[in-house]
Amino acid sequence: MKLLRIQLACELRVLARNGEQLLLILGIPLLLLSFFSNVDILPTSGQSSVNFLLPGIVALAIMSTAMVSLGIATGFERSYQVLKRLGATPLGVPRLVLAKALSVLVVELVQVILLIGLAQAFGADLAGLNIAKLALAIALGTLAFSGVGLSLAGRLRGEINLAAQNALYLVLLLIGGIVFPMQEFPSWLHWVGRVSPSGALADVMRDVFSGTSVHGASSLVVLLCWAVAAQLSAFTLFRWN
Amino acid sequence: MSSALRASESVGLSVSHLVIKYGDITAVDHVSFTAQPGRVTVILGPNGAGKTSTIEACEGFLAPTSGSVQVIGLNPFLQRKQLNRKMGIMLQEGGIYPSARVAELVRQYCSLYGNDVDAEVLISRVGLQSVASTTYRRLSGGEKQRLSLALALAARPHIIFLDEPTSGIDVNGRDLVRSIIRELRDAGCCVIVATHELDEAERIADDVLIFHRGNIVAAGTLDELRSGREEIRFRSTSRVDLHSLSTTLGLPVEQTRLHEFTVAGTSDARVIVQLTDWAKANHVDIGDIGAGSQRLDDVFRRLTAESAS
Repeated sequence: MKLLRIQLACELRVLARNGEQLLLILGIPLLLLSFFSNVDILPTSGQSSVNFLLPGIVALAIMSTAMVSLGIATGFERSYQVLKRLGATPLGVPRLVLAKALSVLVVELVQVILLIGLAQAFGADLAGLNIAKLALAIALGTLAFSGVGLSLAGRLRGEINLAAQNALYLVLLLIGGIVFPMQEFPSWLHWVGRVSPSGALADVMRDVFSGTSVHGASSLVVLLCWAVAAQLSAFTLFRWN
Repeated sequence: MSSALRASESVGLSVSHLVIKYGDITAVDHVSFTAQPGRVTVILGPNGAGKTSTIEACEGFLAPTSGSVQVIGLNPFLQRKQLNRKMGIMLQEGGIYPSARVAELVRQYCSLYGNDVDAEVLISRVGLQSVASTTYRRLSGGEKQRLSLALALAARPHIIFLDEPTSGIDVNGRDLVRSIIRELRDAGCCVIVATHELDEAERIADDVLIFHRGNIVAAGTLDELRSGREEIRFRSTSRVDLHSLSTTLGLPVEQTRLHEFTVAGTSDARVIVQLTDWAKANHVDIGDIGAGSQRLDDVFRRLTAESAS
């Protein structure tokens, strides 16, 4: 437990010093929520902008942390042989992985608290929010996105991984209906968005925040499939050195 | 420091019939050797000789294709957990978060190993007090090497693997690293150093292993490797007719470096007199005449050349 605590503190300290990562995991989600909640330019089908945006931005925040931030950091740590060196200490690989997972969860907790707090300040209606379902959605989203991020990080060189993670982030942000409603997409893109991990997580989050089941179990099943497939992929593809 | 370094294992490192293959390429080919606690064993070899692959197999990073490795009596793959508590490793480069600060890292590693090594004492021992709050990315090459050494020492190691420990370090830094290596040895630690710097090996080695093309071409103490290899060395900036000199002395003469020559097979004073007489008669300026055992770099050059042929 002590070793895990030491490594968790190290992971969070390294993250806190990385300005680009902070921009990605906190700056962009908070900025998007602030801007589009106050500038009425989104086609939100009668919903208030902040109520439409909050679930998608929470999904975006989870994608930023679990996929891009974790993936880029791990990719560089792999390139710099940090993982190799730590693997030869009493910390060992399982505790190192657990420390990384916990650091992601800690950051996500901070993100969700800040985003919900900001949304409330902008007048969001959170009466339907189900905390247990929110925790489940975060867990599944984290598994799905961390699997994708680590699959790339475990195989690509540091710089190529950086580019690939950022490109994928942008694509998933656009097709996932996070800022723009998927109903506005062409039908083929709508379908792609629905089966993408970002689209599935955003849909699940919309149900969680509204207390409804507009998207039913289908989005949850898609997300679950992504979580399992991505973790299997990471387990298969990841190379420590 | 010496109180922080204890080793009780009677076995340091034992490598038996080790084979490491990468696809069709055999990097290490049936290599066997042992290294003892309380001694510094230097693994020498040119790039691609198989020394890094061998060390990585010993550290547990690389699975052997066949053969066995025992590190302080432990199997580095099956007993990794126990071994990690007692093994210090220094990678050739990297292994550290670029944004991490020196003192934080040393504290982190001292805590991870949990062997009661005082982080502040360690930072001071490797001479990094003045950069304790500096991030890794801002350190000089030599400071990075010393930090990497400090992290290896945080294990209070019973066995330590140092990969090119003096690479990129200035003269004072090298002296410091050498003194730490001697302390480790004197405290009973089994010290394994991989390097291609022959001068460095000559200064620190008790035992030497010379790797070439995946095999060990020589193993022994420095004296053993040099024994029977007497030579006379001299310098000359003049043109030296090697054939004429060799005929006069009745011994092989060769140019080893720019302006440096050796007469192989003897250190006899009478041959030195013959040499100086020949130089005077042929108007060749010579100086820095020395005689004795072959230098390690000459031993290395000869052995790897023999192996190649």
